Amino acid sequence: MTEHLAVDVAIIGGGTAACAAAVALREAGLTVAVLEKRRCGAGASGVNFGGVRQQGRHLAELPLARRARALWDDLNQLLGEDVEFEASGHIKLARSEADMAELERYAESAREHGLALTLLGANAVRDELPWVGPKMHGASLSPTDGQANPRMVGPAYARLARQRGVEVREYAPVRHAVSTGAGFEIEADGVTVKSCWLVNAAGAGAGVIASWFGERAPVSPLMPNMLVTEPLPYVVSRSIGVCGGDVYLRQILRGNVILGGGHGWGDVELGLARPRVEESLGCMARAVDIVPALAGAQVIRTWSGMDGQMPDHIPVIGFSSTTPRLVHAFGFSGHGFQLGPVIGLIIAELIDEGKTVSPIAPFGPQRFANWTDEPVAAYGGVQH
Amino acid sequence: MTDTAVVVVGAGPAGLRAAEALTRGGVRPILIDEAERPGGQVYRQPPPGAARSPRTLYGFEAGKAVAVHAIPARLGDAIDYRPNTLVWNVFEKHLYTVGPSGHDRLDFNRLVIASGAMDRVLPFPGWTMPGVFTLGGAQIALKAQGVSIGRRVAFIGAGPLLPLVVYQYAKAGAEIAAVLDVTPFSAKLSNASGLLAQTGTLAKGLWYIARNAIAGLLICSDVRAIGVEGEDRVRSLWWRDAADTEHRVACDAVGASFGLRSETQLADLAGCAFAYDDVARQWIPQRDAASRSSMPGVYLAGDGAGIGGADVAELQGERAALAVLEDLGAPIDTARIAALDRKLARQARFRNALERAYPYPAHLLDDVADAEIICRCEGITAGTLRAAATERDAQEMNRLKAFTRIGMGRCQGRVCGPAAAEILARTLGEDIAAVGRLRGNPPVKPIPVGGLP
Repeated sequence: MTEHLAVDVAIIGGGTAACAAAVALREAGLTVAVLEKRRCGAGASGVNFGGVRQQGRHLAELPLARRARALWDDLNQLLGEDVEFEASGHIKLARSEADMAELERYAESAREHGLALTLLGANAVRDELPWVGPKMHGASLSPTDGQANPRMVGPAYARLARQRGVEVREYAPVRHAVSTGAGFEIEADGVTVKSCWLVNAAGAGAGVIASWFGERAPVSPLMPNMLVTEPLPYVVSRSIGVCGGDVYLRQILRGNVILGGGHGWGDVELGLARPRVEESLGCMARAVDIVPALAGAQVIRTWSGMDGQMPDHIPVIGFSSTTPRLVHAFGFSGHGFQLGPVIGLIIAELIDEGKTVSPIAPFGPQRFANWTDEPVAAYGGVQH
Repeated sequence: MTDTAVVVVGAGPAGLRAAEALTRGGVRPILIDEAERPGGQVYRQPPPGAARSPRTLYGFEAGKAVAVHAIPARLGDAIDYRPNTLVWNVFEKHLYTVGPSGHDRLDFNRLVIASGAMDRVLPFPGWTMPGVFTLGGAQIALKAQGVSIGRRVAFIGAGPLLPLVVYQYAKAGAEIAAVLDVTPFSAKLSNASGLLAQTGTLAKGLWYIARNAIAGLLICSDVRAIGVEGEDRVRSLWWRDAADTEHRVACDAVGASFGLRSETQLADLAGCAFAYDDVARQWIPQRDAASRSSMPGVYLAGDGAGIGGADVAELQGERAALAVLEDLGAPIDTARIAALDRKLARQARFRNALERAYPYPAHLLDDVADAEIICRCEGITAGTLRAAATERDAQEMNRLKAFTRIGMGRCQGRVCGPAAAEILARTLGEDIAAVGRLRGNPPVKPIPVGGLP
């Protein structure tokens, strides 16, 4: 039997940004439905590395990441759940002189956005991070960055949304949506929704939804390639990335070291993703270069998942260029976890106030209006 | 690697017979096994230099064990035998292994998975205390290392392994404090006709049971509840019988398990279809009568795809090999296939009756205390699982894992998964099949950090 809902805002997708938007929209007094094809927070929101990082981001993303970072301090309180956020600091390592020059340039630009980074020379790396291997030329430290548990954040937002009266429907993949002029009609498995506004926050599936409204959105699937070791003595005190982005790692309070790098295998139709062994073994070897203590540790688990990636590796955020009252927020290209809470606020501001305080001009969908190529392959550009 | 590579994973009775039959069909299979010596768990061999007579180690089954052990040496160069090697992932037509020379990749055209089984572990008060072993673990300590798990040992079981291990321990000179069967004796009587399908096997089982009784062992069936007590290690065992009377014996070790569960991770990673088996109370990869899985080119033999025991495993291994040969277009012995199929059908009737004679002891999970640890790798209690189900809407096993870490440790849910599913289903008031199963992720067992050669 099909359920029929009528709401102010319908949101396709049940990730962190979608559910955070739903919470904020309820706060503004609007009625909201969230349509999630599987389980809320179990897609890209739930299977990523768990980096809460400003450093290293595209400069256009920095203002959003700065605003998001302030939200993370109070997230446990908002969500009523420990999401294991730790401001452990984020280190980006230079494995060559060219890398170090890149870090120096970035630190200067970041300062203009109010993000203070500390540059460490090779000797300072040895002094401050004695557990880091000898091949490093230096590093950049972002003391306010850190890590959190991605398995907790998205589902906790979904629970909060439910508590606030959002109609959350899981296992409700959207089959079609149309603009009727006055609003939208959305057909999902088991439920139809009529709404004044529509939010497309469907991750890897967002390109198809955009196409229903004549909007080009060359989204390609992006599968992270993640591994986790058995619990080890505390060694890795900071979340670690490298210039080039081919490996990243962090140690959680439980003692396990989580490491990632490269891209997994995925099938959008089946909704399946798997790590690729060759990539996993390569990233293990690079991880040992960074943290020699990992040699001989046991890897007990690996995983992957599916995000959406744009050709320019930055997301699409903002009003549709074809359809009134359609708002997009997708294509976070492997680094949306930290941004999720603030993307929710931005979506709600766009709908409730018609504008947002955050500078989202670089993320407009119209930048792909004349895009004719296929979505790009998933390689390159993702850094932690 | 040629594109006709045939790989057999597991050198227990199923894998060894599969490899042997493949050689008869002109194929030189690669036989990969985790252990140093062939035999699997059931015919596990002591390490070199610790040899004892097969009769001592394997009792009635000594002849079969010796025959199975001899296969790799007898076949010599006709097979490519790779012991001490773990297959930790299957992806498309690739196997990923770690062995004496480190990580490696192996491409296959046909894959026979003979991954065997392990003890099914269920939690009870004290189950994580030092001195508590699984029945299989207790048996391996005796078979492989020649040591007893304790001086005064109590055994708890829910399957035909129980009388056998008790017999072996008594014969080895251990003092048996108690033997507790958590299944009802009436189930054995009501399935007697099915058990008669294999009179030889039944007779051996009865012989073990009778010998144990003659030896004056304290044997109790239909046990309703159990618990181990002690501080730093096992000191005593208590139980409640069918009349709800409580008993207690002193002991310094306990062997306890509750039937067997198939080791299904490789079949899962290979993409084989699974179905819930209500009698085995486990998700089992599906195979047809010829041992073909749902995945073209992947075959399932032995206890890894439903428990049949060692004799069935030998037959299934050979049957799987004949299916491989048939699918490769090699000439096959149709009379042999017909004979195997007849034997397997007869064994299936016996096995079905045996499963019913030792029904799954679901009652042990009805009153698990909130404080009881279910996942010992991660220290997750029953109360944490229940809270995730009721307060955080964990409706199925993977969601439960995401919220609580159950199954995220070294065992990857091989030990804790069955009990966690039972607790989740009870908490939600759902059928056990409705809560699903943990999604298979590599590695199937821990692997060292390292790279391909």
